Amino acid sequence: MKLTKGKIADLLDEPGCEHNHKKGQQGKNKACTQQAKPGAAQGGCAFDGASIALVPITDAAHLVHGPIACAGNSWGSRGSLSSGATTYKMGFTTDISENDIIFGGEKRLYKAIAQVIKRYHPPAIFVYSTCVTALIGDDLDAVCEAATQKFETPIIPVNSPGFVGSKNLGNRLAGESLLDYVVGTAEPEYTTPYDINLIGEYNIAGELWGVLPLFEKVGIRVLSKITGDATFEEIRYAHRAKLNVMICSKALINMGRKMEERYGIPYIEESFYGVEDMNRCLRNIAQKIGDEALQQRVETVIAEETVKLDEALAPYRNRLKDKKMVLYTGGVKSWSVMSAAHDLGMKVVATSTKKSTEEDKAKIKKLLGKDGIALAKGNAKELLKVIAKTKADMLVAGGRNQYTALKARIPFLDINQERHNPYAGYVGLIEMAKEFDRALHSPIWQQVRQPAPWEKVRSQKSEVRSQK
Amino acid sequence: MTTITRNKKSVAVNPLKQSPPLGAALAFLGLKGIVPLFHGSQGCTAFAKVLLVRHFREAIPLATTAMTEVTTILGGEENIEQAILTLVESAKPDLIGLLTTGLTETRGDDMDGILKSIRQRHPELDYLPIIYVSTPDYKGALQDGFAAAVNSIVATDYGTPVETFHGTSLQQVTILAGSMLAPGDVEEIKEIVSAFGLKPLVIPDLSGSVDGHLDDDYNSKTPGGTSLEQLQQLERSLFTIAIGESMRPAAETLKQKFGTNYQILPRLTGLSAVDQFLWLLAQIASYKNGTNDWQFNPQIPEKYQRQRRQLQDAILDTHFYLGGKKVSLALEPDLLYQTSWLLTEMGAEIHAAVTTTKSPSLKELPFDKVTIGDLEDLEDLALGSDLIITNSQGKRLAEKLNIPLYRMGYPIYDRLGNGSRCLVGYKGSMQFLFALGNIFIELGH
Repeated sequence: MKLTKGKIADLLDEPGCEHNHKKGQQGKNKACTQQAKPGAAQGGCAFDGASIALVPITDAAHLVHGPIACAGNSWGSRGSLSSGATTYKMGFTTDISENDIIFGGEKRLYKAIAQVIKRYHPPAIFVYSTCVTALIGDDLDAVCEAATQKFETPIIPVNSPGFVGSKNLGNRLAGESLLDYVVGTAEPEYTTPYDINLIGEYNIAGELWGVLPLFEKVGIRVLSKITGDATFEEIRYAHRAKLNVMICSKALINMGRKMEERYGIPYIEESFYGVEDMNRCLRNIAQKIGDEALQQRVETVIAEETVKLDEALAPYRNRLKDKKMVLYTGGVKSWSVMSAAHDLGMKVVATSTKKSTEEDKAKIKKLLGKDGIALAKGNAKELLKVIAKTKADMLVAGGRNQYTALKARIPFLDINQERHNPYAGYVGLIEMAKEFDRALHSPIWQQVRQPAPWEKVRSQKSEVRSQK
Repeated sequence: MTTITRNKKSVAVNPLKQSPPLGAALAFLGLKGIVPLFHGSQGCTAFAKVLLVRHFREAIPLATTAMTEVTTILGGEENIEQAILTLVESAKPDLIGLLTTGLTETRGDDMDGILKSIRQRHPELDYLPIIYVSTPDYKGALQDGFAAAVNSIVATDYGTPVETFHGTSLQQVTILAGSMLAPGDVEEIKEIVSAFGLKPLVIPDLSGSVDGHLDDDYNSKTPGGTSLEQLQQLERSLFTIAIGESMRPAAETLKQKFGTNYQILPRLTGLSAVDQFLWLLAQIASYKNGTNDWQFNPQIPEKYQRQRRQLQDAILDTHFYLGGKKVSLALEPDLLYQTSWLLTEMGAEIHAAVTTTKSPSLKELPFDKVTIGDLEDLEDLALGSDLIITNSQGKRLAEKLNIPLYRMGYPIYDRLGNGSRCLVGYKGSMQFLFALGNIFIELGH
């Protein structure tokens, strides 16, 4: 895929994304084309976004063509888990030097590909361009094409230099690479009428493993996972699924829409967080692809799981009742986690609407009630103010804000990418309840808020003297 | 003399190296009230931030000029200007540490010219020192970026102090603290220097900013470290002690600028290294202010005489476990130097050594061969060793080879207390030896 201005504009204008429609009319909303503000921006770059979307493919090698910063500062630190291969946990980079910048880095890249193949024999290599190699004009596509033929291994260019845009755009660029080079290049051994793809679920902390057994139980087959705990091979035959299920993310929406165009696969957007959403997800899938028998099985499983869940959650619901949280996360999660919190009897007193679509915002409004605060923007300072104002008991946010909360002596739960606990599905909700309980009721809070004896009011009597 | 080889590969597999801008940002974080500003694309800052946050388990203030494709072609002046103005408004920093990246160095922004014209347009920022350092990602490693930033810190002019010198009669000594020193190490160094009746001016002082302490307010700039006021006092120092060979250029800069003499201590772990440090301090302390001659009566505080005996005892106790052990190391040059000398002095054998970048200290290592390479090289070389010492990224290869791992360097994701661990001085050396000895006891060696 050649990276052209037109291509990027297309991705930013992605018609599947509601960000691009103002209420009731077609037209660009600024959300996607917004530029990062110097001095204030805190997010990742397009290369970061592309890595997030593709690195979870466990058996592929991910080779970064650029100077050491891009891979050296980041490799091996992603939270996606694998049930098989671990190649994706390795860091590969051309680590270009000043010489490569002067004379061009294409030769070095070609040799790097050869060396990776010779030693590690991956089924495919994803090759990422970066700012510097894009700037000096290395022709990634040409090198990858030559290497693909020479080594008879798919070498896939991912044109995602950091400076073209945000993490979100990077996700979509990654999706384009999958569409152009991977999906549709192989056939599955067999197909069933109940084959679906999961798109945009990265198996962070092994979340997928809390949900897959449910699909199995009702008779839905997950044909391709895009890309959490995926093998390269399964993505190649993703075009044979009957339905694409987009999970908790607009990030790869271009894949859903283009696979509908190219292969006639419809797509739905679902979430795995909380009872309501998990139920709805199973029901919607059953309704889209299933017969009555499947729908019946879904209802049976939902009934069973709900009973089990109520029993497991009972003690937590007591302890969590009416506890107040401020939620600060992106997009869909701002309401999906809210519905999970409501399942547990907790109150969300404020939530972010920063990356939410109009549809998301409507849902948020409904869930927040009239006293809830919708945060359109937020930095650490802003968040602390809101917490103080609402007298919230805890902050639920991404890892970036962990120390904002902890340093202010406020209980915290990590809900984003770097989290260590799986919260998806019914079992995930139990896990989430446990973590909320642990965070809120830890004996440490009193200690870290307690002043030293010498910091207490001076007027108090000396304990030493009063004993005399 | 040690032979330095460079692997001939075109690909780095499981890189050991981090980028120079990350090192420069880390050095800047040792100054009080600063925000390090990366002149590059957003990701340059985001990756560095994630790494440092996870290592120190702290909020780390880092900012970006957020360069895009278009601004890269047009030049970064506007972005730098806007970033500085935004930071001044939002974080109210005492200092800004501006560093370049691979992107803007490849593009070739004329930084001196840009800063000059920003200064002209904004006289209201005259109070605000902007420390600038050039750190292309494609040249060197973390240690190089750190050293370059320290050199820029001491080379920058901070004007004469507004207040009169309110220090006591204590003699001030500049300590240049190299990238091998963690916040806990710096804390110990300050305590030692103070015990000699000297006033330490540490650059950079990570022990005040990323040491892991709970403040009363939220910080959008560093809460501690070397203050601007201290930087203005630099020329008053009697002597410079540079810890780590990579601090030599900065020590030389201070000598050129203020005529301050210096000594390089390439390491601060192990009996003889600490002896040398204390002896030097004792000599400086015995220099009486006002008179021009040395009253040569160096005194070592009782406390350290006792600690020295404790370290000697610890050396006796641990030599059973470390003697003859084969250790493989993958560390930055200064840290490699410090650690390999200590191990050699304990009777251990350096089985293999990998490092990140060129450095004069590599020629003086206590073994024959060192490779500038990556963790794949370490994996190939470490087979048959009893212990591996490298950062957290070595975990998978250590498991694969079934060799215990001691974590050192950046990043360390899977151990607590990276802000307070101390491995220097008599006490720190002792703790280090015990930690290594305990690994072998656990294994039943």
